[in-house]
Amino acid sequence: MEFIQFDHVSKSYEKQLVLDELDLYIKENTFVTLLGPSGCGKTTTLRLLGGFEKPDSGKIYLNGNDITALPANLRPINTVFQKYALFPHMTIEENIAFGLNIQKKSKEYINDKIKYALKLVNLDGFEKRSIDSLSGGQQQRIAIARAIVNEPKVLLLDEPLGALDLKLRQNMQYELMKIKQELGITFLYVTHDQEEALTMSDTIVVMNQGYIQQIGTPEDIYNEPENAFVADFIGESNIIEGIMIKDELVSFLGVQVPCVDKGFGTMKPVDVVIRPEDVELLAPGKGFMDGVITDCLFKGVHYELDVQCGGYEWLVHTTKYFEIGQHVSLNVIPFNIQIMNKPESEDEEVMKEDD
Amino acid sequence: MINRLRTSFLATPYAVWILICTILPLFYILGYAITTPEGSFTLSNLTAIADPVHLSSLWLSIKVAFVTTIICLVLAYPVALILHNLKISNKGFVVFLFILPMWMNFMLRILAWQIILSNNGILNSILSAIGLPTVHILYTKAAVTLGMVYDFLPYMILPIYNALSKINDSVIEAAADLGANWWTTFTKITIPLSRDGILSGIIMVFVPALSSFVVSNLLGGGKVLLIGNVIEQEFTLARNWNLGSGLSIILMIFVLVSMSIMNRLDDSENGGMLV
Repeated sequence: MEFIQFDHVSKSYEKQLVLDELDLYIKENTFVTLLGPSGCGKTTTLRLLGGFEKPDSGKIYLNGNDITALPANLRPINTVFQKYALFPHMTIEENIAFGLNIQKKSKEYINDKIKYALKLVNLDGFEKRSIDSLSGGQQQRIAIARAIVNEPKVLLLDEPLGALDLKLRQNMQYELMKIKQELGITFLYVTHDQEEALTMSDTIVVMNQGYIQQIGTPEDIYNEPENAFVADFIGESNIIEGIMIKDELVSFLGVQVPCVDKGFGTMKPVDVVIRPEDVELLAPGKGFMDGVITDCLFKGVHYELDVQCGGYEWLVHTTKYFEIGQHVSLNVIPFNIQIMNKPESEDEEVMKEDD
Repeated sequence: MINRLRTSFLATPYAVWILICTILPLFYILGYAITTPEGSFTLSNLTAIADPVHLSSLWLSIKVAFVTTIICLVLAYPVALILHNLKISNKGFVVFLFILPMWMNFMLRILAWQIILSNNGILNSILSAIGLPTVHILYTKAAVTLGMVYDFLPYMILPIYNALSKINDSVIEAAADLGANWWTTFTKITIPLSRDGILSGIIMVFVPALSSFVVSNLLGGGKVLLIGNVIEQEFTLARNWNLGSGLSIILMIFVLVSMSIMNRLDDSENGGMLV
């Protein structure tokens, strides 16, 4: 049995089904991110593990023990809340010591722990300060410190960086990874920010409408999305309807292009996913299909181009500048063409994870 | 500049109102308090509080107001907590039910208690019907306190309920997350964070209870003489407005002192009083 296990867990709020028979396994000492749009069930999954919600059906196991009915205060799990949830009437020191006082630890132990935790989150010497005197980023660090001094087996993080500005968010991402390495415990992180998920996680669980869409490493999720939802949600992509003529040959927008995918059968309708940075722009006639540049935006690292080509508006990222109206040819190497099964009906757009 | 002129212009009706109905009467009271009926200056109306009769009334008022406040607090906190934790969509309606008595005429509510508590009243009928001895509670301190608790309870429930509503749910969840059981969360988080509501509730019950005279008139039947009754009698029966005003000033000082103590507690948010 895995370290954390959700076994057929369902949960609904006022007849609205949020999680449907969720099965999820999490290995010890990994950084797992639940990623998905709002309402996908990621926060509910986290709250079920924290003990703030009870599932309607199904079981949750931690380290082989059934914790489904265990109240939050008895679980060896701590949480960093989205809005920090610090105790406003206590000093920083009192906030961090709260859990340790409940465990009746000695005064020296508590003081050592406070010092250690504040050092870990780069706020040495803040013991006596009040919560009001801190910025949002500092408050979030205190929330992390308050959680980790209890040496939880699992740390839950519910969109902890959501309220911070971009620069601070990036710094905190690196710090969280550092803290994770130092502590060597399991992190379960909830976010709707794909960049955050790709940067920090060992494993990403992409969720939508209460179902798991795909589980994998950040590279897997990005490079080999299993369905159109994942491809669309993670990064930007060109998703084009096509037909798999035979193994390693796909047809879309009226051209036949070699690819590396096999086993889809012959003459099978598929979705073709091509990342904008994987499209090469060549002189007209040199690629598999010619088109014209309709838009060119400078984005800092790259230019973002719209290319009208074969009746489809392609999104292309390049480091070279192109004039609007310029004629170009598109080329994609076979390895960068990702083929996905087409959902057979509208309902299957939300693919159910059954394993 | 024009804006400021306009806003101060808009404030004129209120300023006139306060001047005529609050400040002017206050000066009149003060004027009466420091003069004899003949019009010469005296402090005897103020020092009259030292008279044993007046002193015992004041002491009784403080005791009744204190007990009333404590009972209201003990009753109101669980009610506010239950209201706050109600998991229904129509919470506002339930809160409204608790405030509803405030909309009925004050005298009517107290008169109702007079009928309930009287020797042949509803309370004693019920007691004798189930074979218990009857009680003579009307015209006692207990009846006065009961009436006050009944009257002032909503003023304690509302501020506490409001304070509880302002506590972020995730703070309560954080306490549980850090291992606190229900009781620890309640004493270490909920009560300290609702302190402002408790203090306002205390002021809103203690102050009117201290100066009330209607409840003690109707439910005390002249046997329970609070300082409010003494003042009222000086104005109406004895027609000694000077002594009545003097005692009013003393009572007002007590009210102001108790309010400033409460405000002091309220301000000590940063450090100081940690429950």
